[in-house]
Amino acid sequence: MKKNNSWILKGGRIIDPANHIDRIGDLWIRDGRIVEPDSFDPALAETVNLHGLVVAPGLIDMHVHLRQPGNTDAETIRTGTMAAAAGGFTSIVAMPNTSPCADNAATIQYIKEFAAREGVVKVLPSGALSVGRKGEEMSPVGSLKAAGVVALTDDGSCIQNNELMRHVVEYAGNFGLPVLEHCEDKFLAGDGVMHEGYWSVLLGMKAMPAAAEEVIVARDIILSRLASWKIHIQHVSSAQSVKMIRAAQADGVRISAEATPHHIALTDVEIKKFDTNYKMNPPLRSEEDRMAVIEGLQDGTIAVIATDHAPHTQTAKLVEFDHAPFGIIGLETAVPVALTELYHKNYLSLSQVISKFTVGPASILGIDAGTLSVGAAADVTIIDPDCEYIVDVNDFYSKSRNTPFNGYAAKGRTMATFVDGVCIFSLLKESEPEDEESK
Amino acid sequence: MDFQWTKKDLLDLYDLSRDEILHILNTAEEFKKVSQRNVKKVPALRGRTVVNLFVEPSTRTRVSFELAEQRLSADIINMNADVSSFRKGETLLDTLKNIQALQADIVVMRHQATGAPNFLARELNMGVVNAGDGAHSHPTQALLDIFTIREKKGRIEGLNVVIVGDILHSRVARSNVWGLLKLGANVTFAGPATLVPREFEKIGVRVCHNLKDALAEADVVNLLRIQLERQQRGYFPSLGEYSRFFGIHPETLRYIKRDALIMHPGPINRGVEIDSAVADGPQSVILEQVTNGLAVRMAVLFLVAGCLK
Repeated sequence: MKKNNSWILKGGRIIDPANHIDRIGDLWIRDGRIVEPDSFDPALAETVNLHGLVVAPGLIDMHVHLRQPGNTDAETIRTGTMAAAAGGFTSIVAMPNTSPCADNAATIQYIKEFAAREGVVKVLPSGALSVGRKGEEMSPVGSLKAAGVVALTDDGSCIQNNELMRHVVEYAGNFGLPVLEHCEDKFLAGDGVMHEGYWSVLLGMKAMPAAAEEVIVARDIILSRLASWKIHIQHVSSAQSVKMIRAAQADGVRISAEATPHHIALTDVEIKKFDTNYKMNPPLRSEEDRMAVIEGLQDGTIAVIATDHAPHTQTAKLVEFDHAPFGIIGLETAVPVALTELYHKNYLSLSQVISKFTVGPASILGIDAGTLSVGAAADVTIIDPDCEYIVDVNDFYSKSRNTPFNGYAAKGRTMATFVDGVCIFSLLKESEPEDEESK
Repeated sequence: MDFQWTKKDLLDLYDLSRDEILHILNTAEEFKKVSQRNVKKVPALRGRTVVNLFVEPSTRTRVSFELAEQRLSADIINMNADVSSFRKGETLLDTLKNIQALQADIVVMRHQATGAPNFLARELNMGVVNAGDGAHSHPTQALLDIFTIREKKGRIEGLNVVIVGDILHSRVARSNVWGLLKLGANVTFAGPATLVPREFEKIGVRVCHNLKDALAEADVVNLLRIQLERQQRGYFPSLGEYSRFFGIHPETLRYIKRDALIMHPGPINRGVEIDSAVADGPQSVILEQVTNGLAVRMAVLFLVAGCLK
């Protein structure tokens, strides 16, 4: 049976930041595309009443670890894309630190084929910047582009050799691929497991200074200018980084940035719990850093919220803090955390929050997504901005449970997700629209 | 005494109230008397099983705990990092859950990973006594240091206690500081800027990067062991230079109070952080610290055991 891909989404608040739209109205979807209202016979579509809910372009997460191939104990393309759907994401960029590493066309091909068969949202692969993400020689950038990657990144690692980095950025520009950078100076970071500051000093924890990130942010600003090409700073976490990126952007350097929900919501004080669900890289930093990240989102220095969804098994995480892997999952908590921390605390408008998940990443990646323009693929996310609920990991579709947000009191929730006009996730009550009609 | 001890674990002095710390010290005084008798053994932990799990190697702390357990009549199991379960890749938690399934009562653990005992205490019903974790905490060392100071000086409140050396990597300093502050001492951390972070000022510690200034009013000088690997990581140029600017020499004693106590958690590096003439001199209480450590550990095991089912 063919899945229904024609809908009339009635009476919701349509927020489409790319087109500067924020109004109550109806969204018409025909054969998986957004069309003009009243352009076909309503009997051919299913009508849903979305009164009181927000109708947004399908969200984009440009920083996701799907763990396949190689670590399917923690996540698969199937479970990762289901988690994305439940979180409201219709397009996700898969990081290349799989096993084998996505530094070659064959692995990209495998990911694309598997995603086409098993994935429920659109999986956009990224390729490694350097062979094996080792930072020693350039990956086959042109072949990766031909195989369909949307970006290049050594995420999780960082090329330390400035000359190699310069050439990779120039060469990536040649093929029009944005470079996504995990900024970390290996020597300054050392064997640190948390942010260096008040709490690391009190706890005696091995720590990495914010300078480990900042030194590479500064380097990348310099190399972006030299190579005349785009570098996107992943998971910005320090106040100085935000400051440097802001100044570079004002100076015309093509540098962009993303922030994660956990760096927006949490600080290093949490580490005193010795709970490895607070261990990630870059680490949770100080309150001053957290506020600087929020200010960066407010003034547009940071155009993207991305999750850095990093699944790890319970076995891997339920160990001594020093021995646990870095990373937490984020797909299913990004919308509630962003709305609770940014919208409901009056740092950003609803439209601004949605832009960080839609037009922000779409324009950095140069992909045709993140809008509700007529003719666009009907990737749509329905959000209840005022729904109050307690996050429960047992409800997650992700195969992993490593989140610090279990038990989090959220205000704002993804209610339904459409990809190419097909409803792939919904918490909407089936009977609701009909009840309304029959009254 | 009315005070009732209620904790099944001893993880850090940060977690303890002033009254809880005083209760341990008072209990230790009673056990010190036991150690001075001809028959040094009491039946307080008879029928209890204590596991000494030293994932990070240790001699003095392990021996001190083991003797404390013997004097309390506990049954003892000793394990270290070479035990086959770790070699075979079993996790720390699984190893401990197996020991717990054998109805052991208390685990005394030393581990190089900061927070490892806090993690275990949350997951286990057994009592957990921290014998040192990473650079985080070493509560029994701090308690025996404070016990020794109180015994010699008759009080803690108002005393100027200076801890000198590699504060950054020291679990001894991090445990002492909470106990001393809670009992009303004035605490100074002294040493080179690379090893003594200013952040400690935020909890009320005086941070001093010049030894002479630090020691001027000191009632107690507690010296920390300097490890050679710190020099290799570039924290200071050489042990010789460290000793010259931050070591305690006979000449140093001329500008500190004549009744100031010289302490060291051991093992000492003679000629680096402390000259032999000072370590063995009249102001040194280093070996008395060791004696008191036994009493403090007996007290801790006794109190923790009393809170187990």
